[in-house]
Amino acid sequence: MLLETVHGAARAAIQGAAPVAVGGAPHPLQGTVAQWMWALPLLPLLGFALNGALAVLGAARIGPGDPSAEGHEAHATPNVGNEREPTGHAGDPEAGHLEGGAAQAGPHRFAAAATVIGPLVLLAAFGLAVAIWAAMVQAAPSTPFIEHYFAWMPVGDLQIDAAFQLDQLSMTLVLVITGVGALIHIFSVGYMRQDPGYPRYFAYLNLFVFFMLVLVLGANLPVTFVGWEGVGLCSYLLIGFWYSDRANADAGKKAFIANRIGDFGFLIAMFLLFANLGTLEYTGLAAAAQGIAPGTAVVTVTCLFLLLGCTGKSAQIPLYVWLPDAMAGPTPVSALIHAATMVTAGVYLVVRTSMLFALAPGASLTVCVIGAVTALFAATIGLKQWDIKKVLAYSTISQLGFMFVAVGAGAYVAGIFHLVTHAFFKALLFLGSGSVIYAMHAAYHETHSHDDAQDMRNMGGLRTKMPVTWVLMWIATLAIAGIPLFAGFFSKDEILGTVFERARGSALSEASWLGIPGGPLLYAVYAICLAAAFLTAIYMTRLMIYTFHGANRTGEREAAHLREAPMVMTGPLIVLGALSAVGGFLNDPAWLPIAPSDLLARWLEPVTGRATAMLAGAPGAPGAAAPTEADPRLAAMLAGIAAAIAVLGIVVAVVRLKPGALRPTRDPQPAVTGIERVLEHKYYVDEAYDRVIIQPTVALSRNVLWRGLDGLIDGIVNLSAHLWRWVGAAGSALQTGEVGAYAWALVVGAVIMLGAVALRT
Amino acid sequence: MVAESLFFSAVLFAVGVIGVLTRRNAIIIFMCVELMLNAVNLSFIAFSRLYGFAGQVFVIFVMTVAAAEAAVGLAIIIAIFRHRQTVNMTAINLLKG
Repeated sequence: MLLETVHGAARAAIQGAAPVAVGGAPHPLQGTVAQWMWALPLLPLLGFALNGALAVLGAARIGPGDPSAEGHEAHATPNVGNEREPTGHAGDPEAGHLEGGAAQAGPHRFAAAATVIGPLVLLAAFGLAVAIWAAMVQAAPSTPFIEHYFAWMPVGDLQIDAAFQLDQLSMTLVLVITGVGALIHIFSVGYMRQDPGYPRYFAYLNLFVFFMLVLVLGANLPVTFVGWEGVGLCSYLLIGFWYSDRANADAGKKAFIANRIGDFGFLIAMFLLFANLGTLEYTGLAAAAQGIAPGTAVVTVTCLFLLLGCTGKSAQIPLYVWLPDAMAGPTPVSALIHAATMVTAGVYLVVRTSMLFALAPGASLTVCVIGAVTALFAATIGLKQWDIKKVLAYSTISQLGFMFVAVGAGAYVAGIFHLVTHAFFKALLFLGSGSVIYAMHAAYHETHSHDDAQDMRNMGGLRTKMPVTWVLMWIATLAIAGIPLFAGFFSKDEILGTVFERARGSALSEASWLGIPGGPLLYAVYAICLAAAFLTAIYMTRLMIYTFHGANRTGEREAAHLREAPMVMTGPLIVLGALSAVGGFLNDPAWLPIAPSDLLARWLEPVTGRATAMLAGAPGAPGAAAPTEADPRLAAMLAGIAAAIAVLGIVVAVVRLKPGALRPTRDPQPAVTGIERVLEHKYYVDEAYDRVIIQPTVALSRNVLWRGLDGLIDGIVNLSAHLWRWVGAAGSALQTGEVGAYAWALVVGAVIMLGAVALRT
Repeated sequence: MVAESLFFSAVLFAVGVIGVLTRRNAIIIFMCVELMLNAVNLSFIAFSRLYGFAGQVFVIFVMTVAAAEAAVGLAIIIAIFRHRQTVNMTAINLLKG
């Protein structure tokens, strides 16, 4: 009966959510530039169509053999011996024209057009986003602005519209996606220009941005799900962009399959929500949530299934394994999809459905625990990776763990804040590493060497060769490590501070998780996060020291060819560097004597305020209790601890690491033992998954399902086929073609019937 | 009188049926069919004494149809004979399943 009333409330909310808002007054954004929000995703879609047409036209002219496959194969073959790192040359920025000789594919003949279209649609979308943002700042709406375009799935009770929703949360994400996306598109012009698949690359990248914008703008779960699946598709396409190399194609499939497991959870959650609340609109869910008591089992289960979806997309334990392999794609793709935007979709979804998570402290604590364990786990692996992109991949997983801790602890603003700053500094780190790989590759190309251009053992001393990249990468490193006044410091500190505050007393500390009381659990999460932050500082400093400091290990001849990337690549790096340096002032804490403070928190208040208050307040009065006023002295002290941990990590790394001891990959490597060996092999998780899940699944499919069950089912089907064949043969034997026989049958039948009639009467 | 007529009709009909079932020559089978038709005619006549002359009208109909049928039937038999050089029904079994 509880759910009955909830049904009614949800219906009412859906009615009220029409463009004309509750009370008859038009929405403040009605009639402003915000009405053009449909153009946000359509601009990248247009880019996809144009670039896709260029790619198809170019391929049709050259002939059936795909030029990119040809070009890359010619390059890949000599590297077959380098099996330790299957993706070693995956970040190959110049796949086509390497290794000289017959397979000269060179740049695509429509490269100039793709160069204009690809980044231009993103810049246009960013311009529109800024205009809408300006309108939104002026109007300061307290309710989301929803536009219904058409009825998408009108099936009985299930009324799903193709509708977009603009509120402060989706606006923030749109700005990040189009802004950082535009920078990465520009960087790609330099990085991918020589690739024979250049228009195809921009087509995929534009399509990705389209789906990502659909994901964040969707006004209901199914529309978000369309974007969710679409970005997964583009991720798959771009990871396997150099598909002629088997390892890259496999990495794409791995990402796709791991994400399917998560999507299963997302789908189940949607079914549960529709079955229990009767709506999938976010506004409807928010209205329905008000009629549900906190801790209701159905909400907890739904949230756990949503969480499963989020762990897949955002690469959290247990589904994180695809992200390191996803580094097989071009480096700008890693920056855009696998660092700045797509992988944060899970964080976005938790914040978007915060009205449900706020009702399920148990599920929220689960989010927290998963995030904390992932943050520490990935950070330890990052300590011992040699591939520069792999370090950044594990770093991304670890930072996503921090975001999960934040949204799990009900610090939704802190989670989004870290999402934004992480987009800045991690995009910068990836693009910087792309610039390094580009230079390394060019040097190896000049000397016709086949060494691994992504292995840090082959780098060293790049400081003098690439000063711009060096300075910008240090800014990003200081930001991610959490050195005060850089972007990452504020966001990470806010996460840590909020977790500590929640542990002291909140709805979460009152709740329990698997029998463990929430308070001690959150203190443990805080401690784990501190440890992860410490390791973050270490592995990032390690990356910087091994790449840019010490003596150069690239090779004597190659070193002469190492030079800074062109302006089109360093330009976006400089912008991101500036954002990484000052991005933290989006939401600087109140204890810092710099005004205005808490900008982002006040901006997001209409979206996340209620849910935050519910998780912060006492469980007795949901929504009513205001969060306990944070003690500024405690907050400052916690920030001091976080900063000290970061500095300590950098100092430890500088003191302990000796880049002089490293040998280039062409030389024999010293044997690693013990824990280092375990870390270098990533805790053998891939191997364990292979043993525990993949091999049994394959064996089960092959022996039980294929040979056993398939045989049984086939047998039943064949048996019925044989039976009816026999019946047919018998019937056909009756038909002799002799009229006499038929006449006999006729007469005998007639006699029997007449006899029966006669005997009855 | 009716009973005797019906008995005679039944005997005639049985003779016709047995002829159709046992003989192989199409002409004889055909004649036996005529026998059966006439046995039925006899029954009609007999019953018309009890139920009015509608039975006698029917007999005219049956004889008319039988005449037409004889013409068509004999024509078919001749056509079969020309085609297969036999009117033995056991040899004509093209419609075998």
